[in-house]
Amino acid sequence: MAASTGDTYRPKGYWVPHVVIAVGILITAFPLWVAFVASTLTLGQISQAPMQLWPGDQFWVVWKDVLEVGGGGGGRIITAPVSTMMWNSFVMAMVIAVGKIVISLMSAYAIVFFRVPFRTFFFWMIFVTLMLPVEVRIIPTLQVVSDLGMLNSFAGLTVPLIASATATFMFRQFFMTIPDELVEAAKIDGAGPVRFFFDIVLPLSRTTIAALFVILFIYGWNQYLWPLLVTTNQNLDTVVIGLAKQIDTAGGVTEWNKVMATALLALLPPMLVVILMQRWFVKGLVETEK
Amino acid sequence: MAEVRLNGVRKVYAGGVEAVKGVSFTVPDKTFCVLVGPSGCGKSTLLRLVAGLETITSGDVLIGDDRVNDKDPSDRDIAMVFQNYALYPHMSVYENMAYGLKNRGTSKADIDKRVKEAAKILAIEGFLNRKPRQLSGGQRQRVAMGRAIVRQPKAFLFDEPLSNLDAKLRVQMRVEIRKLQRNLGVTSIYVTHDQLEAMTLGDMLVVMNGGVIEQIGSPLEVYADPASTFVATFIGSPPMNVFPVSVDGAGILSLADGTRVGATSDHKGDLLLGLRPENLTIDDLPGATFVATGRVALMEPLGAETLAYITLGTSGPEIIVRLQGHATQPPGTPVTVRAAASAIHRFDAKTGRKV
Ligand SMILES: Nc1ncnc2c1ncn2[C@@H]1O[C@H](COP(=O)(O)OP(=O)(O)OP(=O)(O)O)[C@@H](O)[C@H]1O
Ligand SMILES: [Mg+2]
Repeated sequence: MAASTGDTYRPKGYWVPHVVIAVGILITAFPLWVAFVASTLTLGQISQAPMQLWPGDQFWVVWKDVLEVGGGGGGRIITAPVSTMMWNSFVMAMVIAVGKIVISLMSAYAIVFFRVPFRTFFFWMIFVTLMLPVEVRIIPTLQVVSDLGMLNSFAGLTVPLIASATATFMFRQFFMTIPDELVEAAKIDGAGPVRFFFDIVLPLSRTTIAALFVILFIYGWNQYLWPLLVTTNQNLDTVVIGLAKQIDTAGGVTEWNKVMATALLALLPPMLVVILMQRWFVKGLVETEK
Repeated sequence: MAEVRLNGVRKVYAGGVEAVKGVSFTVPDKTFCVLVGPSGCGKSTLLRLVAGLETITSGDVLIGDDRVNDKDPSDRDIAMVFQNYALYPHMSVYENMAYGLKNRGTSKADIDKRVKEAAKILAIEGFLNRKPRQLSGGQRQRVAMGRAIVRQPKAFLFDEPLSNLDAKLRVQMRVEIRKLQRNLGVTSIYVTHDQLEAMTLGDMLVVMNGGVIEQIGSPLEVYADPASTFVATFIGSPPMNVFPVSVDGAGILSLADGTRVGATSDHKGDLLLGLRPENLTIDDLPGATFVATGRVALMEPLGAETLAYITLGTSGPEIIVRLQGHATQPPGTPVTVRAAASAIHRFDAKTGRKV
């Protein structure tokens, strides 16, 4: 054997996993690259087959247009500017995520730590709604929202989506791992229900909250069916709705470069949330701080 | 500082389990009271009734002159140390100790003073900024103690606070708890199922079994004069030898196989005889009252002493005799076991109570 060179030990065929990973990345990233390239080309360039795979010179033109003016089919502007839509989506996703977390934190707290009459019944009621897909109750919900005059408003967009069986269930599971003695120690230390919630339960739930926030933010951001039903006002379009609107199915011309720019923009916030919260997210899913 | 008094306290859990069946005793001011008994006998329940963590089904709990039955735990002016410490995981040691005071509206300066004082007493000054998970078991135990003493409560309640520690640390903490309680002079109730802890810690021992009190007394009283076979076999290690004997018309006691044991009794009916292993000998004992022949079954040398397992008479019972130093008689060696009159405990065979 030659003298050790200080190299790390490399088993035979160590490059195989690397190649697999590289191929995986290419496969995943390729559509994104195509989308990006398309957003920098003119419509004419896009319609040539095969489409070129290196960026054109239209980046600023297309992206600025999309962000400030909006898009549509055949040159008609039928959506709000993407910047407005992004804001709408952001507000909607935030309100839904934060609202869901607040509501389910409180309901799980009530279910786990208080002897409410019928609490098992309530829990199962909540649990059963887990099994109902949103679509099943979407028409009755729409009726209610419409009766309450909440169509075409942020309230109508967000409130019906805030109740969350999944998040309640997750918090319940987490709360049940908090040892009884901790609750009792807090009682002896003079912490009433409100203090106990803010001083003990909330700080202990931080990682769970972070993990749920990521999931719920993306859930809210990606909503399509509900905003489609509740809003007709262009200024309330979310970016997902706007994206769909831009793809003209009525025989007009679809401005694919704008569509691609919009799609990439729509991708950014959820991605940022995941990247920024990644550490917390993983922590929340795998460990509990106890 | 206050005495703690229980008057006919009963606890029936929602499921119908009667965990505490009418218990009365008084722990005088500044006294260290140890509640001891086998698993499931209701010790923790009793402690939690005093703490206010469970509702009392009937009877009264008084702390000082206050009837506290309907008071919240935080208004009873007690502090509790739990078996798993129950430290707040997200708070530093300092915050853990300060939390109860903060909730009571104690001033910042006062909190700081008290926490630092307690930390000094417990030698945890170096850890005040650490989180509980960065501490060893023994250190966590100290923090839990610290959380109790900063409150300067009327009474300390301990529920098996040492059972999560290793044997060596347990002995060390046991001594420390005892010293601490002496110095602070706070009335304490300490729950344990470890009879060694019970013997060494308590000024006062309350032996429980099946939700009722078997005996109350100082550890040495309970040891020397057990009120029932349960107490006799529960306190002391190795436990007291208890075996049945019959009493004939003349009051002479004999084993099941007819072997006479020397001792007499005027009790009507069968008896259980109790003899502590340390009070027995296989050597000569002038004036011995209990004299019975038997054979060595096994010798267990422990270093400073030897435990001899001896089959009395021809067919038993097997008893343990604690011998000083080494003894190496092979199994089967005939021996005569003796004990003085004062070492013989007699219990009624039916009730198990002392006669
Ligand atoms: N919350 C409860 N609901 C119903 N029964 C209970 C409850 N807590 C305890 N018990 C029952 O009450 C009895 C006494 O329990 P307790 O916890 O006081 O025992 P313990 O003496 O502390 O035992 P250990 O030494 O094992 O801790 C047991 O039979 C137990 O099953
Ligand atoms: Mg217990």
